[in-house]
Amino acid sequence: MQIQTKFLGEVEIEEKEIITLTNGLLGLEEYTKYVLLPLEKDSPLAFFQSVEEPQIGFVVAYPFAFKKDYAFDIGEDDKEELQVEKAEDLIAYSIVTLKEPFEASTLNLLAPIVINSVKKCGKQIVLQDNEAFPLRFPIAELKGSVK
Amino acid sequence: MLVLSRKLNESIIIGENIEVKVLSIEGDQVKLGIVAPKNIKVHRREVYESIQEQNKAALNIDANLIQKLTKKR
Repeated sequence: MQIQTKFLGEVEIEEKEIITLTNGLLGLEEYTKYVLLPLEKDSPLAFFQSVEEPQIGFVVAYPFAFKKDYAFDIGEDDKEELQVEKAEDLIAYSIVTLKEPFEASTLNLLAPIVINSVKKCGKQIVLQDNEAFPLRFPIAELKGSVK
Repeated sequence: MLVLSRKLNESIIIGENIEVKVLSIEGDQVKLGIVAPKNIKVHRREVYESIQEQNKAALNIDANLIQKLTKKR
């Protein structure tokens, strides 16, 4: 199927690639169907694009590429909601707030989007307040990555 | 909304296994202790509100910046 995207124009996707966030994202609960579109080959960045509304498109990052010690536990309720069978099916992405220059951008480590890559469902999970994983983690703190 | 008055060190029980206790009162600040099962999430309201705002802020992307990012390699 063809979808309109925010930055890539019209893109052909397969229906089985669609990721359902039953509760949407916080503050954007009405949009529940998304696809991940790579920004570039081997990039830790991707577009997280709503299938329903072209203007709802984010840049997300694979957080471990930027913060090696990023790790968190998922509660039983979330596991159930994400239909987890194997922990390795889960992938976490952080929403990037892009700024000019890129080094001024921040990653949302407090509320990652956790996706079950097999069941194609996901959820924005709010971690317990924690100084190490803030809402606005400066991307500049990463050492020479994204290259 | 149910309204209950509590004094220092008094608590309320919600359901069978959630307890909220008043630990200290200093000026306009009240410190609450919460005992709840692990699967019950407890967050300050502002945390949710700030995440909502951040999600919306992240939508505001300059197309030129995307071009730069993809051209970089």
